[in-house]
Amino acid sequence: MITKQAEFGRSIPRIESKQKVSGTAEYMHHFTLPGMLYGKIFRSTITHGKIIGINTEAAQSYPGVVSVITGEDIKKIIPSPYYGPAFLDQPILALDKVHFIGEPVAVVVSNSPHIAEAACQLIEADYEELEAVYDEIEALTSSAIVHDELKPSGTFPDLKHLEGRKNTNIALDFHLRHGDSDDAFTKAKHVFEHAFTTQQGMHTPLEPMVSIAVPGDQSITLHSATQMPSFVRLEIARLLGWKENQVRVKSAHLGGGYGAKVYIKLEALVTAVALLLNKPIKISLTMEEQFYTICKHATTFKIKSGLDESGKIIARDCKVYWNGGAYADIGPRVAQKSGFTAAGPYDIDHVSIDSFEIYTNRPPAGAIRGFGIPQLVWAYESHTDMLAHELKMDPLEFRNKNILKNGAKQATGTVIEHMETELVLNTLAEKMDWGGTFDRGTGSIRKGRGIAIGFKASVSPTTSTAAITIHGDGSCLLAMSTVDMGQGSDTAMAQIAAQTLGISAEKIKVIRPDTDITPYDMGTLGSRSTFHMGNAVKLAAGDVLNKLQQMADKAGLDKNLAHAPEVILQKTYGMQAGTVVGFGSFKPNYAPTDLKTGASSNVTPFWMVGATGVEVDVDIETGHVKVNKMINVVDAGELVNPKIANTQISGAAVMQCGFTFSEEMLFDEGQLTNGSFADYKIQGIQDVNFPMENICVKSNHYGGPYGAKGIGESGTFGVSPAIANAIYDAVGVRITSLPITPEKVFQAIHMKNEG
Amino acid sequence: MNNSKSIRFQLNGQTISTVVENHINVIELLNQFQLKGARESCGQGLCGACTVLIDDLAVSGCLMPAVMLDGKSVETVESLSGLNESLHPIQQAFVDQGAFQCGFCTPGFIMMTKHLLDLNPNPTDEEIRDFFAGNLCRCGTYPEIIVAVKQAAQSLQQSSEL
Repeated sequence: MITKQAEFGRSIPRIESKQKVSGTAEYMHHFTLPGMLYGKIFRSTITHGKIIGINTEAAQSYPGVVSVITGEDIKKIIPSPYYGPAFLDQPILALDKVHFIGEPVAVVVSNSPHIAEAACQLIEADYEELEAVYDEIEALTSSAIVHDELKPSGTFPDLKHLEGRKNTNIALDFHLRHGDSDDAFTKAKHVFEHAFTTQQGMHTPLEPMVSIAVPGDQSITLHSATQMPSFVRLEIARLLGWKENQVRVKSAHLGGGYGAKVYIKLEALVTAVALLLNKPIKISLTMEEQFYTICKHATTFKIKSGLDESGKIIARDCKVYWNGGAYADIGPRVAQKSGFTAAGPYDIDHVSIDSFEIYTNRPPAGAIRGFGIPQLVWAYESHTDMLAHELKMDPLEFRNKNILKNGAKQATGTVIEHMETELVLNTLAEKMDWGGTFDRGTGSIRKGRGIAIGFKASVSPTTSTAAITIHGDGSCLLAMSTVDMGQGSDTAMAQIAAQTLGISAEKIKVIRPDTDITPYDMGTLGSRSTFHMGNAVKLAAGDVLNKLQQMADKAGLDKNLAHAPEVILQKTYGMQAGTVVGFGSFKPNYAPTDLKTGASSNVTPFWMVGATGVEVDVDIETGHVKVNKMINVVDAGELVNPKIANTQISGAAVMQCGFTFSEEMLFDEGQLTNGSFADYKIQGIQDVNFPMENICVKSNHYGGPYGAKGIGESGTFGVSPAIANAIYDAVGVRITSLPITPEKVFQAIHMKNEG
Repeated sequence: MNNSKSIRFQLNGQTISTVVENHINVIELLNQFQLKGARESCGQGLCGACTVLIDDLAVSGCLMPAVMLDGKSVETVESLSGLNESLHPIQQAFVDQGAFQCGFCTPGFIMMTKHLLDLNPNPTDEEIRDFFAGNLCRCGTYPEIIVAVKQAAQSLQQSSEL
């Protein structure tokens, strides 16, 4: 049974490939049960207001309607129906107030989704409108207050100080003080300050969010397109006042997640409705409804740097304002856990960071591929490029002069280890032929090139656990709650298990997440699975080997020979019988950040680095920008599966091209005006019409399973600022707000020519 | 008021006679026959996840009322191969090239590939991009899809030469 071939590092096709190309892969999108009911959500049509009344009579009496449920009805089942991973601010259905257009207010239930949808149109809600605020900067001083009082979840000590705060839209303020930046700025030879903004966007998974709840005997089963089955179990049990074993959560293949399907989305709502009606219920969102559920933070980032004569950055001051929308979701953690990297991958002695999660009357913002890092890199890498130009230094040389190296302290005080920043940057420069000659273009088409580099700390502290079962015939099951949403985790984890067990990965059956069967995992997010779950899987496989060895010894098998598991089991039980279960649990060390200074001696188990270089054409007559070439370089440690790793990087870069050029949720007084693919344009195949090269530098992460670490987000980091820097290189104009549209570029060129 | 209609059509080579409600679309009807490869996603015919071939033309199933299938012939991804059969060269090419991630859009891309290669057995990159303008992959697997289409073109040509 021992194969000589290394399983780790082999580019095998995804283990579920055949299911996906034959149309048989299971998604919750299609899940159905006999007698199942369908719910359709009635949503708020105003941005902010008190609920005066909800008239559901016409909908109730519409033929085929089983029930119409409002927030008050939910309280019969769940007296305090507020949820959220950081703040308990979000009601299952609106109570007392609505906070944004699109907020769920009622649910119509029918045995036909079409009837539920039709009847939904018959509901009328009366509101007393309140002043609303949409912009993150205006919200700082606005008299419009989104929530009367802050309600941080009691379980987090670092949020306790926020409890009961009133008259503020600042949900969370994170502060970092490293050195003495005030003093350093007075000593700086040059000081430059710039501001950058990013737009609100949406993940738009092609499988829209969907959850099904099935009530049982003092229990409930959820079938949900979720990235976090274990968290859903915990949170639903908390809402109901039940034990975790009364709540079963099953996930399937996800038709894309990208952070949209983390924490609670529809799960609390279907649970409440199912228990109220004692019937299975399914709620599927439309593409448009997804825009009202969770989004990417719009941001404003004010960044100031002080430099000495030689071009060394001695001080950096970062103020980041995250537009969190009407409910906190995981936004406060974005503000903190990405916030502490806002000064960039540079070695700066004096850093000050203030990062604010802000409530507004827009749809809520949360996690999306990069967890806030792409917004930060957009600002600090545009700014860094501007500094280089101000000092008349080459942008590469300037970055190299300031780059954060292994052994140096990051702004939190954590000593950097196993982060190949320099190697990533210089590999990119080499691949770009940065020192070579470059054709600048002629006539109306001007050419430019740009680079950018960003980094991310893996979210900490989190835990993963895994179980591996060997049957009597030696065949193998891997049980884990990591959700494969396209990133290839089933394949990667099978490869890690196979490497340890000495069998081939294709022989391992990976069990879909089911909280009654698959052990706890914090969640599939933030590029954490390869490292955390990978370690847990490796430990579980090691546990299996230990147990088999003990059985072999006990059964009197020759100690000098390797024995296949089925031989050991046969010898032990006298027939094809028995089970061996190995368990692995992994939780890296972590030192919490200090509330006042943000300091931590161990802020993350691993760092991710991603850099992008582009060459562009800019048409000075139209403002159109065309990418001619893109190179992405990342440090992902050792690669579990090089082929899938490459696709992860390029997919992340393609997605970030969307947020760079076209994707922007547009609002008219809080009303989203482009919530569909007709008007909200994600990248299509014609947009990706340039050669892209993806490179993983040679790296080995000492704490990772066989040296591996996360990769899913690193391809997003450098894309937007590299493009802006290339546009500057081509035509000398600086775009400071995303997305970069032809109109913005044209206007900037026009303004420059006007002088 | 009559809300339903009897229709007769070919579904992956089999003759089907059924009664459909006027308001359901082709994807909902296919779901009733346990065919789940074509999926409604954007609901506007803009993402291509619902692509099926109707009388050899690629159609967005989410936009077409099921009653309009009367007298027509429908081909879905399930017609290419079942789970326990050997894969069609197009499916094999998508596997070999890793031309999908979450896989939700994949059957749409595969049916479009079939349509493209029926019309143009040896397409250029540009022709492939042009043809797939109406199919979206949010995971951004476009570079791999282009290589997969070219592999499929090659293997279909080789098998037709045999």
